[in-house]
Amino acid sequence: MSADAGTLIAPSAKPAAPDPAPAAKVVMEAHNIVKELGTGARKTRALKGVSLTLNAGELTLLMGPSGSGKTTLLSILGCILTASAGTLTVAGHSTAGLSPEELAQLRRRHVGFIFQSYNLFPTLTAEENVRIALDVRGERGSEAVVRSQRALQQVGLRHKLKSFPANLSGGEQQRVAVARALVGAPSVMLADEPTAALDSENGVAVMQLLSEIAKDASRAVLAVTHDPRTIPFANRVLRIEDGLIVGEERRAEGVETVHQLARNRKRKANA
Amino acid sequence: MTFTLAARNLFHDRIRLAVTMVGILFSIVLVAVQLGLYLGARNIIVAMIDRSEGDLWIMAYGTKNFEEGQPISMRERFSALSVPGVAKAVPMIVSFTDWRKPKGGSTLVVVVGSDAEDGGLAPWNVVEGDVSGLGARDAVIVDKTYLADLGVEGVGDTAQIGASRVRVSGLTDGIRSFTVTPYVFTTLNRARSLLDMPADNVTYVLVKLQPGADVEAVRAALRDKVPGSEVLTKSEFHDRSLMHWLFATGAGVALIGGAILGLVVGTVIVAQTLYSSTKDHINEFATLRALGSSSGYIHRVILAQAALSAVLGYALGMIIAMTVVYLSERTALPIVMTPGLATLLLALTIAMCAISALSAIGKVMRIDPAVVFNR
Repeated sequence: MSADAGTLIAPSAKPAAPDPAPAAKVVMEAHNIVKELGTGARKTRALKGVSLTLNAGELTLLMGPSGSGKTTLLSILGCILTASAGTLTVAGHSTAGLSPEELAQLRRRHVGFIFQSYNLFPTLTAEENVRIALDVRGERGSEAVVRSQRALQQVGLRHKLKSFPANLSGGEQQRVAVARALVGAPSVMLADEPTAALDSENGVAVMQLLSEIAKDASRAVLAVTHDPRTIPFANRVLRIEDGLIVGEERRAEGVETVHQLARNRKRKANA
Repeated sequence: MTFTLAARNLFHDRIRLAVTMVGILFSIVLVAVQLGLYLGARNIIVAMIDRSEGDLWIMAYGTKNFEEGQPISMRERFSALSVPGVAKAVPMIVSFTDWRKPKGGSTLVVVVGSDAEDGGLAPWNVVEGDVSGLGARDAVIVDKTYLADLGVEGVGDTAQIGASRVRVSGLTDGIRSFTVTPYVFTTLNRARSLLDMPADNVTYVLVKLQPGADVEAVRAALRDKVPGSEVLTKSEFHDRSLMHWLFATGAGVALIGGAILGLVVGTVIVAQTLYSSTKDHINEFATLRALGSSSGYIHRVILAQAALSAVLGYALGMIIAMTVVYLSERTALPIVMTPGLATLLLALTIAMCAISALSAIGKVMRIDPAVVFNR
């Protein structure tokens, strides 16, 4: 990852004491979510009654083995799949009874996605890849261009506005994807294995970005991951197994650890 | 950005773009040629009728078209003149006969005998000589398109019809026959002589009405006066001739069928390439869905791609079609391109591409956006 990777981290960042815990704003609430996949004899329960809340200002990790239901849960929380049972509220809006088009509207208004394989449009420049997230919301014109450029600046890619994905490194592509998720100022950002396709350095940089983004008091970030290196960046870790949340760990020191890692990395680079 | 995305998707794969363009080009050129031939044929078939000044045509019962008229009695003309509202009743002779070439051999021609000074059918687009020259001995006027067929080279050359000598006194440009049988214009009496037709026979009587006369009323009166003949309005004879040559003979059906075939083939090719392009970009469409785009947004991307293909293909196709039209100008059946046909072709191309987009839209609408997490 380039030097831009640390744009969001103050150069003289000192370990910040965790904020005094104000009443956390709940931006997403899932209650007793059940998801059945397949039909007839092949019907299986991918989720068996998952309940969780995502609070603004927090980076939550969802960890679990393959087949545990992580991606299914992410799809439901992102209003891409609908639950077989249970309720979901996104930014105060219940998803019950919404049509696919209404769910799409909820997604574009309140949910930002980051995908494992970036899912950038290969024929669009970095700036256009970000702007398309505004375009689908009907936000166009020079204001959209400025906001897209600002989002890319936030992720340290101001100098890559006109670059096509093929000319960007994996880390840069994922940062474009982060900017795309960020540009619409969503209430919830959902990341699917955001570091899986990245090397260690780029993975850390992307997690730094996500932890910074999660500091916004109006936004929650949930990342599905297998990668234990991401744990230090999280405020909270949820563990899922066999379609059920089986553990939750609060990490008040999470933010501090991020800065410590960044400092260590800088020291190592200087040496 | 829908247009940007559509354009980039379109130009991203040059080979597929080329295939799409070939499909549209093929379709447009084929449809343009077929419909252009159809229009050209229509113009040729009805040119004589449309050029005449007759409001009503008196002819033998069952006459199917201009060239195949049967003799009627000259008395019909005098009967017509006695009908109130009739200003003129001009006799005309039209018949197939043999033209004997000066250097041997013969060819079939259609002799058109009419006296222009009486308000009969006169040749138009005369490019050499003039209509008044028909008054000269043995004079006939032919179209320059058919000079080679007639075995003559130009004005002054002679040939023979029946036992009589004819001399080319003038040339027209663009008076062609749908049957590719050259028209030979001459006077009424000379035509009768050349065809060895009895003195009281004619083929048609062209009736010119007095200003303000009611066509239907005059026609009804004429029917009473000439019960042995048929009385048609100009537009009825026009339609009957078209119907005969284009549909009874199957020629028009073949032309229209060719145009439809062109559209079908073009639609299939464009649909196939658009579908395949959409399939290649399916993950991008799934990403759009995941980002929350509406169905309408995705439809617009695909339709913009189709419309862009249509406009590009149309522009290139029209260049080729216009070249073909230009090359056909001197042939016996020139292809006609009119602003109306050009507009119709554009509309057909856009419709063809829009229909082609349906399969791609169907494909995209079946995407499960959850696939974005499975890659």
